Amino acid sequence: MVFLSYLISGICLGSVYAIIALGYTMVYGIAKMLNFAHGDVIMVGGYISFCGFAYMGLNGWVALLLAMAVCTILGILIEGLAYKPLRQATSLAVLITAIGVSYLLQNSALLIWGATPKNYTPLIPLVGPDGAPNALRLFDGQLSISYMSIVTMAACVIIMALLTWFTSSTKLGKAMRACSENKAAAQLMGINVNRTISMTFAIGSALAAIAGVLLCSFNPTLMPTTGSMPGIRAFTAAVFGGIGSIPGAFLGGLLIGIIEAMAKAYISTQLANSVVFSVLIIVLLFRPAGLLGKYVPEKV
Amino acid sequence: MKSIKLKQHTKVDFATYAGVIVAFIIVTLMRSNGLLGRSTIGLLVPICCYVTMAVSLNLTVGILGELSLGHAGFMGIGAFTGVIVSQAMLINGTESVSLRLLAAMFIGAIFAAVFGFLIGIPVLRLRGDYLAIVTLAFGEIIKELITCLLVGVDKKGLHIIFNYNGLKTVSDLHLAEGGQVIIKGAQGATGTNTIASFTAGVILILVALVIVLNLIHSRTGRAIMAIRDNRIAAESVGIPITKYKMIAFVTSAALAGAAGALYGLNYSNLVASKFDFNTSILCLVFVVLGGLGNMWGSIIAAVVLYVLPEELRALGDYRMLIYAVVLIIVMLTTNSPQFKSLAGRLSIRQSKKGVTER
Repeated sequence: MVFLSYLISGICLGSVYAIIALGYTMVYGIAKMLNFAHGDVIMVGGYISFCGFAYMGLNGWVALLLAMAVCTILGILIEGLAYKPLRQATSLAVLITAIGVSYLLQNSALLIWGATPKNYTPLIPLVGPDGAPNALRLFDGQLSISYMSIVTMAACVIIMALLTWFTSSTKLGKAMRACSENKAAAQLMGINVNRTISMTFAIGSALAAIAGVLLCSFNPTLMPTTGSMPGIRAFTAAVFGGIGSIPGAFLGGLLIGIIEAMAKAYISTQLANSVVFSVLIIVLLFRPAGLLGKYVPEKV
Repeated sequence: MKSIKLKQHTKVDFATYAGVIVAFIIVTLMRSNGLLGRSTIGLLVPICCYVTMAVSLNLTVGILGELSLGHAGFMGIGAFTGVIVSQAMLINGTESVSLRLLAAMFIGAIFAAVFGFLIGIPVLRLRGDYLAIVTLAFGEIIKELITCLLVGVDKKGLHIIFNYNGLKTVSDLHLAEGGQVIIKGAQGATGTNTIASFTAGVILILVALVIVLNLIHSRTGRAIMAIRDNRIAAESVGIPITKYKMIAFVTSAALAGAAGALYGLNYSNLVASKFDFNTSILCLVFVVLGGLGNMWGSIIAAVVLYVLPEELRALGDYRMLIYAVVLIIVMLTTNSPQFKSLAGRLSIRQSKKGVTER
C-alpha cells in the first residue's frame, strides 16, 4: 500500500514532467532547437496565475486561463524576437540565445516579483475546510489520492489525447508534422513555415503555463528559479522518450516521475537526481535515440 | 641574413602567449602601484580559472565539435581533489605553498582525466543533442556524489565516508587527534587554506594554451578536426574515431580539473553546488561568444564576460538583466542574416562584394 502511494505520487509528478516535455519535444521536432527558456516559461505561468488569484481576486481556474493566455503571447514574442532571426544560424548560436532568454526571464521575474518565495495556493486545496485531507480514500482509507493529483493525471492524459488528435487530424497539426519532416518541401506545398513554427511555440508555452500551475500546486514555493530544475528534468524526459516524439515525451515524463519518486522513497533523497540521470544514461546506451525515437541511419 | 619563416598559426599562437604574459605584467604592475581595488584583486584568480575552463571546453566544443553541458563537473572533481591534496599535505607537514599548489593541480587534473575517460566511454558513442544531455546528466551526478562525501585527514591518512542516506556525521570519520575534516557533505569544503595566487593562475593558462594549441596543430589535432568536419570521411581514411575523440575529451577534462583545483584553493569555503549546470553553461557562453575553435577569442570572452557582471554590481538587480540582454543582442548581431546584411550595407567594401556575388 505504501508502494502504491509512492507510485501514485510518482505518476502525478511524471504527469507534470510529461506536460512540460510535450512542449520541449514539439518545439524540438519542428525547430530542431533545445529551448532552454521553456523551464522559465513555466515559472512565468506560475507567477501570472499567482497574481491572478492573489492580487486580482480571480478564481483559480480563471487565473490558469489568464496564465495560459499570457504565456502563449510570451512564447510567440520570444520566438519572433529571439529565435526567428537565427533560423539559418548554427544550433549552438540558437542554444546560447535560448540561454540568454532564460536569464532574461529569470531576472525580469526577480525584478518584478522579488527574490522572496511566494506561497502558492494550490488549484484545488490539498486540505478541506474541515481540516481533513481533500482526497479520494480507497481501501478503508489506507490509500488516499488527493483530488489535485487526480486532476493532474487527468490533465496529462487529456492533453496527450488532444495533441495526438491535433497533430494527426487538423490542418495546422499536419502542417507541423510536414515542417518537422522537411521545411523546404513543406514551403513548396504552400505551408507558411514561419507561422507554423510560431504556432508550435504558442502551444508549447500554453502547455508550460498549465504545467506551471500544476507544479506550483504540489510544490507551493514560487521563486524566479522554480522552473529551471523541472525544466531540465522534463528535457531529460523528452530525450528519454525520444525527442521529437509526442508519445515518447508522455512515456518519458511518466517514467522519469516514477523513477524519481521511487528513488526518493527507497534509495536516497539526496541521490534522486543521480538515479534519474543514471537510468537515462543506461537507456541511451542501448537505445541511442530514446525509447520511442526513430533511429535514422546515416547514408553516405 | 637568415630570416626565420614561421607558419601563420605559429605566429598567432605566439601572439596569444605574448598577450597573456603582457596582460599578466600589466596587471601585476597596476596591482603593485595600488591601482586595483580589493574586489578586482579578488577576481583575478577566478578569471584565470574560467579562462582555463573556456580554453579546455573549446577543445571539446570547437575542435572536437561535440556539445558538452557538464564541463563544470570536471571542474568540481578537480576542485575537491585539489583541496583534499593540499590540506592532507599541510597536515602531514608540507608547508611549501608552490609545492602544494602544483601537487593539487596535478592530482586534480589526473582525477578529472580518469573521470573524463570513464564518462567518455558511454558519452562518445552518442551524437549531437543526445551527447549533450548525457554530459549534462554526468555533471549533475558528479555534483550530487560530491555532496554525499565526508572526508577527513589525520596523520594516518585519509578517511572517506560515502554518506548516501544522510545518516552519517563527521564523528563517524573517527579522526585521530590533530586530524581535520576537509569535506563536510552538503556544506562542502570548509576551512581550506587559501593558497591560490594570480601567478599560478597565469602559469596554468599558459600551460593549458601550450597543451591545447600544440595538440591542435599536431597530427592528432588534425585527425580530431577531420572527425568534426566529416565523421564518415574521417573514418573511411582510417582515422580511429573513438581514440581521437577520447584524447580530446580527456585532455579537456584534465585541464578543467586543474582549473578546478586552483579555484577550490582560492576560497576557504566551497560547496559542490557551485559546479552545477549554470557554471557549465557559463563556460559554454564564453566559448561560443569567443568563437568556436578560437583560443584567444575564448580568453577574451571569458575575461570580459566574467568581469562584466561584477563591474555592473552598481546597477544592483538590473545587472543580470543587462547581461542577458547583451548576450541575446550579441548572438543576434553576430549570427542573424538580417543584421549581417545591415552591417554589409554600412561598409562599402562588403556591399560591393555582395553585388559581385549576386
